[in-house]
Amino acid sequence: MAEGDEPMVVNGGSGDQCEWGGRWDHVKKFLERPGPFTHPDFEPSTESLQFLLETCKILVIGAGGLGCELLKDLALSGFRHLHVVDMDTIDVSNLNRQFLFRPKDVGRPKADVAADFITSRVPGCCVVPHFKKIQDFDETFYRQFHIIVCGLDSIVARRWMNGMLMSLLVYEDGILDPSSIIPLIDGGTEGFKGNARVILPGMTACVDCTLELYPPQINFPMCTIASMPRLPEHCVEYVRVLLWPKEKPFGEAVALDGDDPEHIQWVFEKSLERAAEYSITGVTYRLTQGVVKRIIPAVASTNAVIAASCATEVFKIASSAYIPLNNYLVFNDVDGLYTYTFEAERKENCSACSQVPQDLQFPSSAKLQEVLNYLTESASLQMKSPAITATIEGRNKTLYLQTVASIEERTRPNLSKTLKELGLSDGQELAVADVTTPQTVLFKLHLTS
Amino acid sequence: MAATKTSKEQKYDRQLRLWGDHGQEALENAHICLINATATGTEILKNLVLPGIGAFTIVDGHKVSGEDVGNNFFLSNNSIGKNRAQAATELLQELNSDVSGNFVEESPDKLLDGEPEFFHRFSLVIGVQLPESTCLRLGVVLWNASIPFLVCRTYGLTGYMRLVVREHTVVESHPDNALEDLRLDQPFPELKNHIESYDLDSMEKKDHSHTPWIIVIAKYLENWRSEHDSQLPKNYKEKEAFRELIRQGILKNEHGAPEDEENFEEAIKNVNTALNPTKITSAVEDLFNGEQCNNISAQTPSFWVMVRGVREFVRNEGNGCLPVRGTIPDMIADSHKFINLQNVYREKAMLDATVVSKHVESLLQSVGKPTESIAEQEIKLFCKNAAFLRVVRCRSLADEYSVETFNRDEITSCMDNPDSEMVLYLMLRSIDRFYQQHSRYPGVYNYQVEEDISKLKVCVNSLLQEYGLSVSVKDDYIHEFCRCGAAEPHTVAAFLGGSAAQEVIKVITHQFVPFNNTFIYNAMAQTSATLQL
Repeated sequence: MAEGDEPMVVNGGSGDQCEWGGRWDHVKKFLERPGPFTHPDFEPSTESLQFLLETCKILVIGAGGLGCELLKDLALSGFRHLHVVDMDTIDVSNLNRQFLFRPKDVGRPKADVAADFITSRVPGCCVVPHFKKIQDFDETFYRQFHIIVCGLDSIVARRWMNGMLMSLLVYEDGILDPSSIIPLIDGGTEGFKGNARVILPGMTACVDCTLELYPPQINFPMCTIASMPRLPEHCVEYVRVLLWPKEKPFGEAVALDGDDPEHIQWVFEKSLERAAEYSITGVTYRLTQGVVKRIIPAVASTNAVIAASCATEVFKIASSAYIPLNNYLVFNDVDGLYTYTFEAERKENCSACSQVPQDLQFPSSAKLQEVLNYLTESASLQMKSPAITATIEGRNKTLYLQTVASIEERTRPNLSKTLKELGLSDGQELAVADVTTPQTVLFKLHLTS
Repeated sequence: MAATKTSKEQKYDRQLRLWGDHGQEALENAHICLINATATGTEILKNLVLPGIGAFTIVDGHKVSGEDVGNNFFLSNNSIGKNRAQAATELLQELNSDVSGNFVEESPDKLLDGEPEFFHRFSLVIGVQLPESTCLRLGVVLWNASIPFLVCRTYGLTGYMRLVVREHTVVESHPDNALEDLRLDQPFPELKNHIESYDLDSMEKKDHSHTPWIIVIAKYLENWRSEHDSQLPKNYKEKEAFRELIRQGILKNEHGAPEDEENFEEAIKNVNTALNPTKITSAVEDLFNGEQCNNISAQTPSFWVMVRGVREFVRNEGNGCLPVRGTIPDMIADSHKFINLQNVYREKAMLDATVVSKHVESLLQSVGKPTESIAEQEIKLFCKNAAFLRVVRCRSLADEYSVETFNRDEITSCMDNPDSEMVLYLMLRSIDRFYQQHSRYPGVYNYQVEEDISKLKVCVNSLLQEYGLSVSVKDDYIHEFCRCGAAEPHTVAAFLGGSAAQEVIKVITHQFVPFNNTFIYNAMAQTSATLQL
């Protein structure tokens, strides 16, 4: 292969040889040359590369299957100012795909090890690790980035991130200020399936606009678990949900830890007993652990494909080299290789991005429990553990809050009271907080007769 | 089941849930050859080393350049000037100590000149960024040796893969949405007896509400058939009426209102699929009619001997049906009823598999092979997957490139849409011509871009002319393929890396279905297509 331009030996801040001849040749061709498929805003120049190398700041959320791939992809595409957030430590089962980690790293924070590896393998690339939850940061942290890429394994976390970027949007006289938009590239994988999407907050479909695209979580009915098991999975759930709290095999306050082989072994043996009672076959150690930990199968290849798609979009947006994905890509390689690209539509009254006030309609005789049920069960809201507060007679009153045990106990009686009894009036605002969003969602309560 | 899991089982846990221990074993017994440790090559290999491929050998005569290090995670700048095969092997080997990494500092052309049998030791060969001539030469050697060949290429924002394999059989295709094998349209005797043991009308509510929907549908089907000349509900109207019949069967409380009987709701919901006639798909029929199935010899692979065994079953004891699969979906029912019903299907499946085994045994005997050459377990697995068997044949490169046998129809019909991924294939073929003529790729240096556009256009036209293709290739694509200057952007290489590695794993494990036979990825539009060329 031919050499590029004259060798550039620049002594960068860190390390001896941050640059060498031809290093960015593969990238430069897309930044310095005009082309027929470039974005209308694109202007070929040598400054684009400098922007990527020196100025552009990218945040990677997650340092797992997707995160490791993303960091590598971005580092080798010219991005040198990367931050990575991950609250987990490394487990041996990560090693089949999270290639920045080695057996000796088991137990260490993923963010730290990933950052170290990239920084040492890709000279000049600076990765700042954050061994934290995304919720540990506020707007001042997120605002500093040009683009945010997510490689998360939870819908709740995705929605939170989505909500955070919505909260950064600035509207002046109802017009969205484009400089307040931080593009969010989101990737997800499961076995041989994956998806990648580009979200421009306030402009394109957001995570909450398309909640129905996510498959519902499978939870077995309690009567099946308790008295009518049919599958090996039912036997394991019986032990996890009913037997463990009863027998407390490892001590009074010791919760079941899916990562503790001794715990899993106990569950496995008890599950076998349960299965034998009902002549159910198929309980294995692997199945037991899979049910307890809700394990999703994973391989390197799917993560590589989805992360690469996401990183390509980061590059397009940062450089205007090409028109970005508009806006959702689905991938499946069970039978051949299948991709499908479509434009997910914004939801008119999306609770996260539409700015349309959310309405709640209930008879005044309805109990607070019904409102709670609606917030958790409605397909468009799917809240997890909403906390409801209202201003009644000039004072802020917590109607119900689940996440703090003492407050839950104190406010629990409110659930069986009617909205009228609670002193709520027609047209008043309810403020709802939930893990799915960093900002409280305001609802207007419409009381019928 | 062992209490302590080996560290390998722990490490590979997430993938063992996809292809099982036997799939992993196949992977660990494989030896893959990668030609050219460019970014695309090392990305593919990374996704094979991590899951524990047995061994890899990198064949590469190039020295590491500054450009190489820039886009390749498995080359470091202190290896500039050293052999690329060796440098990449070191950093790839480091990913997984279970894997054995090797390198040969030689160009594939030299090996083809002096020692083509070198390639015979591999389970599969991956050729990356190969010039056309080398690719075709290697293609001939591997085709004759029946070694699968995967050709991969990243060219600007285009990714390309071509699988070449004479015949690849798949027992465990793991289809995403498989129809159940319930035999409600023609219940086998044991199922019939079991259904007979139920009397819905005389049941207490508890039993009534916990009777499996399969039984419910079977019972109401009996009623229906007795009043419809033994026919199944055939059209939408009849199926609606049948659903209503079942709905009427829901118990009523003392006020005449229907009780909450979830199993009956399940039955109603499943009427459509449950009434699908038990049929052998045309795909499986094609296997039965295939040449390999008809002519069993001592050289016939196990797959075809088992196909023939199943065919014998179908035409005799099976009365036109495949061996019973033996699985039923979960459904609302008490444990006892569900397990008993499940066992009826399971036992029939075992019985049918035993009969198929007998056929397989006599086939083996008839060609002088020991009956142990195909294990009982294998036949059981085969029978369970009989409805999902797949055979993939990806023809030779020689056939794809020959003016006599190239796939004109596929090319011209795709090019009805001038922006179809097919245009990217034609461009790749054109830049190969450019390389043949000019010993370089177009637009590598800035000053070349402009002048190479017209040169490349000449190549495009000569390609179309040689094959007599009256399609038009937009100038934009010619411009783009000059502009990208044969660059290999990392993110496109990484996308291909994941895609290709999984196809290799499919071929090695014989699980899941490989593509047939050309895959094009367009990173500009984030679209892709599979073409059969």
